[in-house]
Amino acid sequence: MAEINPPELFIGSDAIQPFSQEPVSMAEQEAKPQIILMGLRRCGKSSIAQVVFNKITPNGTVLLESTTKIEFTDIETNTFLHYELVEIPGQMDIFESTVPMNHEGLFSNCDAVIYIIDCSDSYESALPYLYQIVTCAHKINPKIRFEVFIHKTDVLRQDGDKLAIRRSIYYKVTRDLQDSCLEAVKLHFYLTSIYDYSIFEALSSVVQKLIPELPTLENMLNLLNQKCRIEKSYLFDLHSKIYIATDSTPLDIAMYALVSDMIDTVLDLANIYDSGSDAKDANLSSTFELNNKSFLFLKKVNQYLALVVFMTGEDLQETSGLIEYNFYLFKKALENVFEIRTRKSKEKLL
Amino acid sequence: MGNKKKVLLMGKSGAGKTSMRSIIFANYVARDTRRLGPTMNVEHSYIRFLGTMVLNLWDCGGQPNYFDNYITPQREQIFKGAEVLIFVISVETKELQDDLRLYQSCLEALAHLSPEAKIVCLISKMDLIADEKREQEFSVRESEIKRRSLPLKVTCYPTSIWDESLYKAWSSIIYSLVPNIAKFESSLNMFADIMRADEVLLFEKATYLIIAHSVRRKHPDGHRFEKISNIIKQFKLNASRYVANLHTMRMEIINGDLKILLDMLTPNTAIMVVITDPLVYPAAISLNIQTARKHFEMLEKLDRAPAMQFGDPKV
Ligand SMILES: Nc1nc2c(ncn2[C@@H]2O[C@H](COP(=O)(O)OP(=O)(O)OP(=O)(O)O)[C@@H](O)[C@H]2O)c(=O)[nH]1
Ligand SMILES: Nc1nc2c(ncn2[C@@H]2O[C@H](COP(=O)(O)OP(=O)(O)OP(=O)(O)O)[C@@H](O)[C@H]2O)c(=O)[nH]1
Ligand SMILES: [Mg+2]
Ligand SMILES: [Mg+2]
Repeated sequence: MAEINPPELFIGSDAIQPFSQEPVSMAEQEAKPQIILMGLRRCGKSSIAQVVFNKITPNGTVLLESTTKIEFTDIETNTFLHYELVEIPGQMDIFESTVPMNHEGLFSNCDAVIYIIDCSDSYESALPYLYQIVTCAHKINPKIRFEVFIHKTDVLRQDGDKLAIRRSIYYKVTRDLQDSCLEAVKLHFYLTSIYDYSIFEALSSVVQKLIPELPTLENMLNLLNQKCRIEKSYLFDLHSKIYIATDSTPLDIAMYALVSDMIDTVLDLANIYDSGSDAKDANLSSTFELNNKSFLFLKKVNQYLALVVFMTGEDLQETSGLIEYNFYLFKKALENVFEIRTRKSKEKLL
Repeated sequence: MGNKKKVLLMGKSGAGKTSMRSIIFANYVARDTRRLGPTMNVEHSYIRFLGTMVLNLWDCGGQPNYFDNYITPQREQIFKGAEVLIFVISVETKELQDDLRLYQSCLEALAHLSPEAKIVCLISKMDLIADEKREQEFSVRESEIKRRSLPLKVTCYPTSIWDESLYKAWSSIIYSLVPNIAKFESSLNMFADIMRADEVLLFEKATYLIIAHSVRRKHPDGHRFEKISNIIKQFKLNASRYVANLHTMRMEIINGDLKILLDMLTPNTAIMVVITDPLVYPAAISLNIQTARKHFEMLEKLDRAPAMQFGDPKV
C-alpha cells in the first residue's frame, strides 16, 4: 500500500465546510422544471430524447414516427436533475390560431428551450419560428435560456461546412434579434448529431447551466485535480452519460469520448456478471490502465452519479491510495452539498 | 512452416468476406466496411497468432470471373494445403442455389487437394432479418447446406458485422486451429481453481477473440463470451483514437463482491478473471496473474520447442 502524504490531501475532513457555506439557490417552483424541445417537423427532437434517455441506437431512430401530440419524458436520472423533457411536435405550430396553446403556461415553468435546426435541410426556413419563440418566451419568462442545436451534422462532409453553417446561422439570428430589439437575449449554438458524442456533450452543457450548485461542484473538481494531479475530471450521470459538472479546463470532445466509452465498458461488463444483485448499489468502482501510463478512474458517489477522472504519467502504485482517499472525501463533500439542497427546500415548505 | 495455417475465405461478391476479416483482424468498426470495394483476385494477409502460429488468410474476391479462375486454372494453387475453408453466404442472397453451386465446386476441389481441411459456412448479414425470424431463416439454410455438403461435414454459424455473432463464429474457427489448446485449457482450469474464480477467459490479444475458458460457476447467458470480446474490442478501438499506439490495457471493475479483472498475460494473450467470492481480494488476483504469467509464456513457447530442436542446424 502506498503511503498517503498529508500535504497531498485533497481536503481534510474538517475542511469540507467551505463548500457548504456557499448559498445555494433552490429552484423557485415546486412543480418539476421543464426543458422544452422545439423545432420544425422531423428535425430530430424525438430522436435526441430517445437516444440519450432511452438508449435507442442512432440507427433505430429511423423508424420513429412523427410526433402528433405534446410528449413528456421524465428525466429523473439523477439527484441533481429533476427535469421534465417536453417535446412540442413540429406539426404543431404554437402560434397558429387554431392550435389551443397557453403560452404563459408553457414558458413560465420552463428553464430552457432547446431549438433544433436540421442542417441537412434548408436551415433558413427554421429561423422565423425560432424568432417567434424567442420573442414570446422571453416576454413571459426572461430567465429562460435559449439553446440552439444545429443538428444532423453527420451529413456534412467537412468540419469546415459545420463551422460555416454555424457562423451563417449565428449572424442571421443576432442581426434579426437586434432588429427586433431583443439583442439582450443570449442564444447559445451547438453542433450536434446523434451519431457521435456531440449530442451528449451539448446536452451536458445545457443541463449544467441549470444546476445551481455548479460553481461549487466545479471548485471541488478543480481542487481534486490539483491535489491528485488529475488532468480532467467529470461528474457523470451514469445512465444518460450526461455530465453535470467538469473542472474548468477547456472542453475536449475526444476526452469525453474516452471517458464515455469507459463507462459503457464498465456497465456492460458489470451487467453481464451482476445478475440478480442490486445494479443500483453505490459501490461500483473501476480503474483502467492504458499503456501503463494513462489511467481512468471511476467511482460511483451516489445512486446516479459517478466521478470519473483521467490522468497520465503518474505511478499507479503511488497514486491509487491518494485517489481512493480523495474520492472518498469528494463523496462526503458531495453529500453535504446535496444535503443543503434538501434542507433548503424543506425550509421553503415550512 | 508447420505453424503456418492456410485459411480460405470464399463466397460470392458482396457476401461480406472482406468486411469480416477487416473487423476481426484489422481494427475496422462495422461502419467502416461500407467503404470497401470488391476484392481483386486474392488478397493475402498474414496474421501472427499466439507468437508462433501464423494465419495465412486468403481473401478470395468473389466476382464470377475470379471464381472461374479459382475452380479451373488456379485450382491447385488455391485449394492445396488449406486447413480451413470458410464459405460465406449472405442471408439475403436472391439465388441461394447459385451460392450453393459455387460452394459445391469448392468442396469438390478441396476434397481432392486438402481432404483434411475443416469446412465452415457462415450465413452473413443476419441483421437484415427481423429478430424473431432469424433462427428459422438460419436453420433452413443450415440444413440445406449440410445436405449439399455430404459426405463432408460442415459447421454453420449465423453472423452479422453489427453484433457479437461475428466473434462467436471466428472464435470457434481460431479455437480449432490453435495447436496445444488442451494444455491452455487445463492450465486455465487449474488457475481458476486456485483463484476460486467464477470464470477465467483467455483472449488472443490483437483480436480479443476468446481462445480458451474455464467456467466454474454456471452462468445463464450462453452468448456472453462473444459479447465480452465485442465490448473489449470496441473499447480498444475507441481508446486508440485517444491513446496512440495502444498496446496494453488493464481493467479492474469492482461492484460489491463482484470483481472483474482484465490484464495482459503473455505478449500475445490477455486474461480476464471473474470472482464473486467475497474472501478473494482484488490485490490477490493481480498477484496471481503475475505468477501465472511465466507458466503461460512457457506454454506458448512449448509449441515452438520442436521447431527449434529440429530446425536449421546452422542457427
Ligand atoms: N443523419 C441524422 N439523422 C437524424 C439525426 N437525428 C435524427 N435524425 C433522423 O431524423 C428523422 C426525424 O427524427 P424525429 O426525431 O422523429 O424528428 P422530430 O423532430 O421528433 O419530428 P416530429 O415528431 O415530426 O416533430 C429520423 O429519421 C431520424 O433518424 C442525426 O443526428 N443525424
Ligand atoms: N447489413 C450488413 N451488411 C454487411 C455485413 N457484412 C458486410 N456487409 C456489407 O456488404 C458490403 C460488401 O462487403 P464486402 O466485405 O466488401 O464483400 P466481399 O464478400 O468481400 O465482396 P468481394 O470482395 O467482391 O468478394 C459492404 O458494404 C458491407 O458493409 C453484415 O453482416 N450486415
Ligand atoms: Mg417527434
Ligand atoms: Mg472482398
